[in-house]
Amino acid sequence: MSSRPALPHGLRLDARKTAPLQHPLHAAPAPHVAVIALDQGSGEAAEPTVAAGTRVGIGTPIARAVGEAAANLHSPVAGVVVEVATRATVAGVGRCILVENDATDARDPALVPVDWRTLDGVALLHRLRDAGVAGLGGAAFPAAGKLALARASAVAHLVLNGAECEPWICCDDALMREHAADVVLGGQVMLAACGATRCTIAIEDDKPEAAAAIAAAIATAQDDRFELVELPAIYPLGAERQLIEAVTGREVPHDALPPAIGVVCQNVGTAAAVARFVGTGEPVVSRIVTVTGSGVACPGNLEVRIGTPIAELIAACGGYQDDPARLIVGGAMTGQSLSSDLVPTTKGVNCIVAATLADLAIRDPEMPCIRCGDCASACPARLLPQQLHRAAQADDRDALARLGLADCIECGCCDYVCPSQIPLTARFHAARLRMRLHDAERQRAAEARERFERHERRLAEQAEAERLAFEAARRRARGAGPT
Amino acid sequence: MSGATLLPAVGLAAGLAATIGAALGWAASRLRPDADPLVERIDALLPQTQCGQCRYPGCRPYAEAIATGTADIDRCPPGGEATVRALAALLGREPRPVDPQFGRTKPRQVAVIDEERCIGCALCLPACPVDAIVGAPRFMHTVIEAQCTGCELCLPPCPVDCIELRPPADLPG
Repeated sequence: MSSRPALPHGLRLDARKTAPLQHPLHAAPAPHVAVIALDQGSGEAAEPTVAAGTRVGIGTPIARAVGEAAANLHSPVAGVVVEVATRATVAGVGRCILVENDATDARDPALVPVDWRTLDGVALLHRLRDAGVAGLGGAAFPAAGKLALARASAVAHLVLNGAECEPWICCDDALMREHAADVVLGGQVMLAACGATRCTIAIEDDKPEAAAAIAAAIATAQDDRFELVELPAIYPLGAERQLIEAVTGREVPHDALPPAIGVVCQNVGTAAAVARFVGTGEPVVSRIVTVTGSGVACPGNLEVRIGTPIAELIAACGGYQDDPARLIVGGAMTGQSLSSDLVPTTKGVNCIVAATLADLAIRDPEMPCIRCGDCASACPARLLPQQLHRAAQADDRDALARLGLADCIECGCCDYVCPSQIPLTARFHAARLRMRLHDAERQRAAEARERFERHERRLAEQAEAERLAFEAARRRARGAGPT
Repeated sequence: MSGATLLPAVGLAAGLAATIGAALGWAASRLRPDADPLVERIDALLPQTQCGQCRYPGCRPYAEAIATGTADIDRCPPGGEATVRALAALLGREPRPVDPQFGRTKPRQVAVIDEERCIGCALCLPACPVDAIVGAPRFMHTVIEAQCTGCELCLPPCPVDCIELRPPADLPG
């Protein structure tokens, strides 16, 4: 164990993680109908490969990823596909595959353990891609894609992210306490897949039980490529770029990805999912979700099948109590409010908070900016939120780009410290959407211009060809001439 | 001053003139600026609908007219207020509303061909300034939604009025 320089910025927050950790990890009941959203929160929606009536087992592939930023989907239950229909999802509304559970929990017979030690890195990456392994920290980006880029960039250092800095969320803590060996095994598989030579497991120092379990697992594995690093509990240290800086002391350039400085980062939950895949052949069909908040009777960490409606997770934790005011998916700082508890769990859902009014920080009305600069001291991305805010209010795109709006990680630190209660992060998010709309429009205009120019050129060429043909015909007519 | 002392100076001057002249000539042919940069910058702010509502045959001719001062900046209904503002900022003029005689600003729309009624006459194909209509004589035509600018230029040539404009299905976001 060693300690490293921590973040220059960020916040110490009230973690509120103790209640769910009172109970051991337990499995939530499998849903009667699993609703698997084709959009799992990263990239484009997947393309279904099953239709109504298809029989599936646990782990049967049901949808193929489209593009590089999405992962394959597999059935989390055994049964029959009911339909592919539009349903409310965490992201809003989207197409979902509905699978009726026949309660047999029969696994797809094609699932067999993966002998990963005999496979070379590229083959292993293919297997991980097929298994739909996605970042279970919340981003749901395919792990194989990140590891493949790391392999191509000859990355030496794998960082497993067990920081889990955001208040309320403790699913990784529970996972590391109970499945530390899986985290280390998953790390070994990832090292083989990406070709890195050492692995750092980073944990915040408010999780001594998890750190002890991981230390013991590393000792048991007798793998000297592994190292445990305890970091101070400062939000948002679990954000990828911030964590890499805290662990390595080097900053990821703002316009590059971590492999540019020889590092690749994965969540500990993703590592455990990889271990499960190589051990049993089972693709990602479940994840651990923290269900917490004063509005739920018995907070806990649940092993949840992907596609389980959130209402069933609440029911598995004793149901609602004390009239919750808001249902939040994700943590206190970056989470989003849900309008319904009927939406299904996706690979990116790490935490559900049933928050009562007492849990929520009710904001006073917004006041003018007093230029105190507290936001700049808090910003972990080293931006100037006060200047960004002025530019966002003026919709000054050049200034927003110059001030680094694209580098904002929307962590909410500036909001939290703002004495004038200005909802800075929401403004930045809106400004970003406006920028994206504007860019899409300019892109469309540029394409239209190009097509128009080609159209004009073609018409001119046609006219010229016709004129030449006409003149040639006239010359011929004259040459033949009336006799 | 004698001719012997003058000669090197004259030679040097003549040599310099020849070298610089050759360099400038080469630069003029090889490093020619791309057309008129002002026209380019104005054109970049126009929506590229190519609808001709400004009474110029496309966005670029209108940009040229603005650059030469023959047209004002208030003639682009598809661009609306945002485009007028951007043009005003670029040219250092006062923004003003779009002149209604050139048309109304509408939300983005795309042309849709009613395939039941299309007779395959192919008259709309050359009318489309961005080649967004696919079809051939005596075959059904269809509009590529992603490439349609909603300029409405395909409406007048259609003999059976089977084209209508609708909001796009894919609102970007």
